[in-house]
Formats: sequence, structure tokens, C-alpha cells
Amino acid sequence: MNRRTMMATAALGLGLAFGGSVQAAGMDKVKACFVYVGPVGDGGWTYQHDQGRLALIEAFGDKVDATTFQENVPEGADSERVLTQMALGGCNIIFTTSFGYMDATNAVAAKFPNVMFEHATGFKREHPNVSTYNARFYEGRAVQGHIAGKMTKSNKIGYIGSFPIPEVIMGINSYYLHAKKVNPDVELSVVWAFTWFDPAKEADAAKAMIEQGVDVIAAHTDSTAPLAEAAKTPGVIGFGQASDMSAYKPSPRVSSIIDNWAPYYVKRVGQLLDGTYAQADAWEGIAGGEVEIGEITDAVPAEVKAEAEAMRDAIGAGTYHPFTGPINKQDGSAWLAEGQTAPDGDLLGMNFFVEGIKGDIPQ
Amino acid sequence: MGLFMFRLEKRPSPSAFWQYATPVLAVLLTMVAGGALFALLGKNPVAAIRTIFWDPLFGEFAFYLRGQLLVKAGPLILIAVGLSLGFRAGIWNIGAEGQYIMGAIFGAGVALAVFPTENRLIFPVMIVAGAFGGWLWAMIPAVLKTRFNTNEILVSLMLVYVAQTVLSKAATGFLRNPQGMGFPGSRNFSSYPAARNVELFAGSGMHWGVVAAFIAVIAAYVLLQRHLLGFQIKLAGQAPRAARFAGVQPTRLVVMCMGISGALAGMAGMFEVAGPAGQISIDFASGYGFTAIIVAFLGRLNPIGILLAGLVMALTYVGGEMASTNLGLPSAAIQVFQGMLLFFLLGVDVLTNYRLRLTKGRAA
Repeated sequence: MNRRTMMATAALGLGLAFGGSVQAAGMDKVKACFVYVGPVGDGGWTYQHDQGRLALIEAFGDKVDATTFQENVPEGADSERVLTQMALGGCNIIFTTSFGYMDATNAVAAKFPNVMFEHATGFKREHPNVSTYNARFYEGRAVQGHIAGKMTKSNKIGYIGSFPIPEVIMGINSYYLHAKKVNPDVELSVVWAFTWFDPAKEADAAKAMIEQGVDVIAAHTDSTAPLAEAAKTPGVIGFGQASDMSAYKPSPRVSSIIDNWAPYYVKRVGQLLDGTYAQADAWEGIAGGEVEIGEITDAVPAEVKAEAEAMRDAIGAGTYHPFTGPINKQDGSAWLAEGQTAPDGDLLGMNFFVEGIKGDIPQ
Repeated sequence: MGLFMFRLEKRPSPSAFWQYATPVLAVLLTMVAGGALFALLGKNPVAAIRTIFWDPLFGEFAFYLRGQLLVKAGPLILIAVGLSLGFRAGIWNIGAEGQYIMGAIFGAGVALAVFPTENRLIFPVMIVAGAFGGWLWAMIPAVLKTRFNTNEILVSLMLVYVAQTVLSKAATGFLRNPQGMGFPGSRNFSSYPAARNVELFAGSGMHWGVVAAFIAVIAAYVLLQRHLLGFQIKLAGQAPRAARFAGVQPTRLVVMCMGISGALAGMAGMFEVAGPAGQISIDFASGYGFTAIIVAFLGRLNPIGILLAGLVMALTYVGGEMASTNLGLPSAAIQVFQGMLLFFLLGVDVLTNYRLRLTKGRAA
């Protein structure tokens, strides 16, 4: 018996022990498990996923066991073991909440066909029991870009990038395009931290940009460190990322993007309970409630605040798409023609900066 | 007034008994202090310690986890054995993490360059390339030390950060999967049979890297017991001046020790990237090179000791994950627990060279 069939057999045995087949029939009780890339106390990305987990307990009470989670799981060989342990341990649905778990999620899903896997921000669904889900963060970035373009005094704005993957690149492009629209003189510097969560590195990146005269900082990393760094210099502002980060209100945190995973988690686990669960590829934004814009504080002039809120509402209503042509790529070649909006496929594979951004995407 | 107090008294020679007893004592003290920590966090300390040390070996899922212990221990042992040779001679290679990364890049690079050729020679060549990559990276601090008398601790450590930058570059650039839709990361070796570091027996966790670790343990043991180089290493560590009189060339010793530890770390990286990790990715480096330093000392710089220490360390990782998921312990508590192990080891080490005397006297 090779390892794969042994795993499948073990999974089958457990599947029976923990409530039979999950398809169609529905379940009496679901064990939902979570794998996190950072600590639940990061105040950002992982914190928000954990809020989603807690929402499950609130919504379903004792029909759901959502007490199993693992923090700080490195994206690599270790994540495969953690996932296997969870599947062996009787989890019915496992949420893997970082991009780097993509291959491990699919590898373990192959061995446990009765366990459902939900991978955040990835694109591989190699097995029927793997679903992916993401949020249209670039919609929130458009609102932030507008505020940044209006608020900067030095005309230098900054962005702390985590990894050069499409999800991050589309955020940078959206942020820059909307800053540029209201402030043609704006210049964007991007610093790549090559980490999701490393407060010291994130703070260093913020510090380096502030020293170069940047006075508006956005971050695509998970901690509050960039805001803490911004707070040290008067006049520098930033945004809450993934979570509201309201401790830094009213300044430097002038607004935020809040990831709200609770509706999705409640929906998926509910479907597992009532038997309507099916493989999915979910990508909701402001309209679906997954992306929320945190309160714009009084540090922002009322007029700018009103414009930003109007943009938020237009995106939510579907009347405005943050990537509407004409937009050229960094090298000057055409991407979107006048009035054309970006197809999702272009966004999901985005590996270029738009025209006007200086510097290269690491490759 | 008479006070009973403890006094430390230097032993004429290190105690043979405590040499072997201190690691065990350190593990026991870690269990006690760790248990107290877990209790303070509101968890059952006995259950937590059992989950960490017992369940991976004999629990419900031991059939899977025992293999995972080997997967985790293999690279630790392989790297630690190499480091221990230098450490014994007073040559401090702290940058094994960087050599591990470079070995992975060299090994993977060779295979990806000839993708998708199927040839039985590819895997052996990858092993050589991995060892060469690690060796090359270790030669930088070695040559700088022998030529310009730089400090190998600083240079090798700084080169870890350089290696990490090269790794990012490899994952996003020169080794990136051309069919990966622009996402960083190389091709996955699970879909390249000729270059795959396979599991040798199903479910055992045994892969070629684990085999190499066992071979390294035996080779290092023989080297230290029977070979002239082993004698020189021990002599240089214990009595540097005597070593010079005995004809030990410090330059040659530095180059040999750095070279061996670099090559072994590079091989570990290659086995990892072609096996458990599966691909070159930005976050491929998972700290094995640093953890191996702890393993080397926990194992008393002795090959057999390192073998056991590597397995104990792997146990704290695998069991720690179990405790974290099943008992809801924060992962930071597990990291503190692992840190305690080194702390207590260094702490009780004093017993090897000193004895505790209970004396009646005044507080000085």
C-alpha cells in the first residue's frame, strides 16, 4: 500500500467516523479548521481571518467546532504537514489563508477527498474538493489612492509591497492610478519587503521612505508597524491594512481597508451543513461586503472625504471600475482602451506596472 | 552567623558524567519550565508535554508523524554534523542557512536547466551541484578569514542575507516557472521524476537527504575517531598552541572545516528543495541552518549526540504543532519552549566544568 492510498484510507475511515460523506447529504456538525501565516494578534490580515472564525461560532453555535487553528505556519514544506495533521484530526473543512499554501493545499487535498479545502488568494483548484476565495482589495486601494493624491504635500507617496504577485501588483497600480488622477505631480516609491509579517522589516521600509520625503504610506503587509513608524513623524499619514487599525486614528491612520471574511466563512460552512456545498472560485469586493472602507477621519478635509466616499459607493454600485481605460503599461504600450474595463483574467495574472510608476517589479 | 550556600568549584577536568547528563537534564528542565508556562496560559501542562513528546511517536497519528520526524530531523542532522566539526576546532560557521539556500539554488538550477530531460544521472549531479553551491558560499568567509583575518562569524552570518536576496531573485526571476502565470516560484519537482527526491519507503518519511544525514553521522564519527584531520580538529579546539607545535596548519583547517560544513548544508538544501519543499520559492528558507546550531550543541558536538538531538528537536517542532492545533497553544509559546531548550542546555553546562559545593560560610 503506498502512502497515497494509505492516506486516503485513513481519511475515509475518519470521514465515516466524523459524520459520513460531505457531499449532498449535509452534515449534523462541521469541524472547521484554519491555517494562519501570522499570529492572530497581528492586528491585520490574520486577525481578520480569525474574526471570521469567531463569527462561525457565533452563527452556528454548537453545530460547528471552529476551535482548531494554527498560527505562524511557514509557507512551504511545513504547511503540508500541518494540513495533513488537521485532515487526520477530523477537520471537515480547512481554510488555508495565505497565497503560499497553494501547492500544499492541493497536494493534501488529493489525499483527503472527503475534506473540503478553501484556499485564500490562490488560483489552483486541481481537485474537486479545493475552492479558492479572494477579495477585490484593489477597489479599496482606489479609494486610498484618491486620498493619498489629495493629501500629499511632498507629492511623494509610498507603498510597502509584500511579494511581487498579481494580487499585490494590482493594488499598487490601483493606488497609483487614483493618486495620479487627482495629482499629476505625484510620484510613487515601492519597497518590497518579501514578507507578509515582519514588524521590524515593515517599520524599516516605512522609515526609509519617510527619510526620502514620502508623506503618505500604504502597506500590503500584515502588521501595524508602518503606522507606528508614521506616527513618529508629524504630517505623515497612512492607512489601516486588512484590519481597521483604529488605534492609530485619527492620524496617521486616516482610513483603512477592512477584510471582512465572516460572510464568506459563514456561507461556506452553512452550505456544508445543509448539503449545498460545491467547489467555488469566489472574488467579492465592496459590493459583496468583503472589502470595507474604514472610517475616513477628520484629518482628511471634508471635501476629500466626500469624494472618497462617493468613489466607494460608485464601486459598490458597480457604476465605476477602478481599472477603466485608457491605461497604458509602464513601457508605454496600450493595455486598456478608452472606456474599457479590465477583465478579471488580466488582473489575476497582472505582472506589470502601469505607466508612470518608476522602478521594476523584481524578477 | 553560619549560612549554607552553594559555591562553584572548577573541576580539574570536565566531568565525563555531566558531559552526557546535561543534555538530558536540559530536556527535563525544559519540560518542567515549559509545563509551568503552559499552565500559566491556562492549559493542562501534562497534556501539552504529552502531546509534544509522546503523541508524535506513539499517538493516534504516529504512523504519519514518525515519518515527519525524519523529514524534519534529516536536514538538521546533516547541517549540524558539518557545523560540529568546525565548532570543535573553534571555527564558527554561523551562516549555514545561507549555504543551505545556495545549495538549493545550485541543485535546483542544474535540474531546471535540463528540464524536462529524463536521465538517471540528473539526481546525482544535483547532489554534487548542491554540495558545490554550499561549499562555494562557505569559501567566502573561509578565504576572507585566512587571507585578511576577517571574523568568520560576522561574514558567514551576513552572507545569509545575501543568499536570501539571491533566493528572492531566483524565485521571481531566473528560476521562475515559465508556466506559472507570473507568480514567483520555480517549477515543482513533484512533476519532474528524474529530479525528484522521492520518499524511499512509502509513509516512512525516508528520503535521500535522511540517508545522507545517517551517512554523515557515521563518516564524522569515523573521522573524529580514526582520521588525522579528526585529531587535528579536536586538538585545535582544546589546545590551539599545542596544535601549532603538532604541525596543524590553521589555514588548511579553516578551509577544510568551513568547506565540509558548507557542502553538507548545501546538500541539505538541495534534498529539501527537490523533496519536501518541492520548489524554489521566496520563503523556501525555513531556518534549518540556524536551528542546526542548537542541534549541534544539544548533541555535544558529537555525531551520535547530534543524531539524537536532531530527532528531539524535530519532536519539539512536530509535537509543538500538534499542541498548537489541538490544544490551542499560541505558536509563540512553542517557540519559547524551544528557546528554553538551548537556554537550559547552556545553563546546566556549567556542571560539566564546575561542581556545586554546599559550604557553610558567610555571604561574601
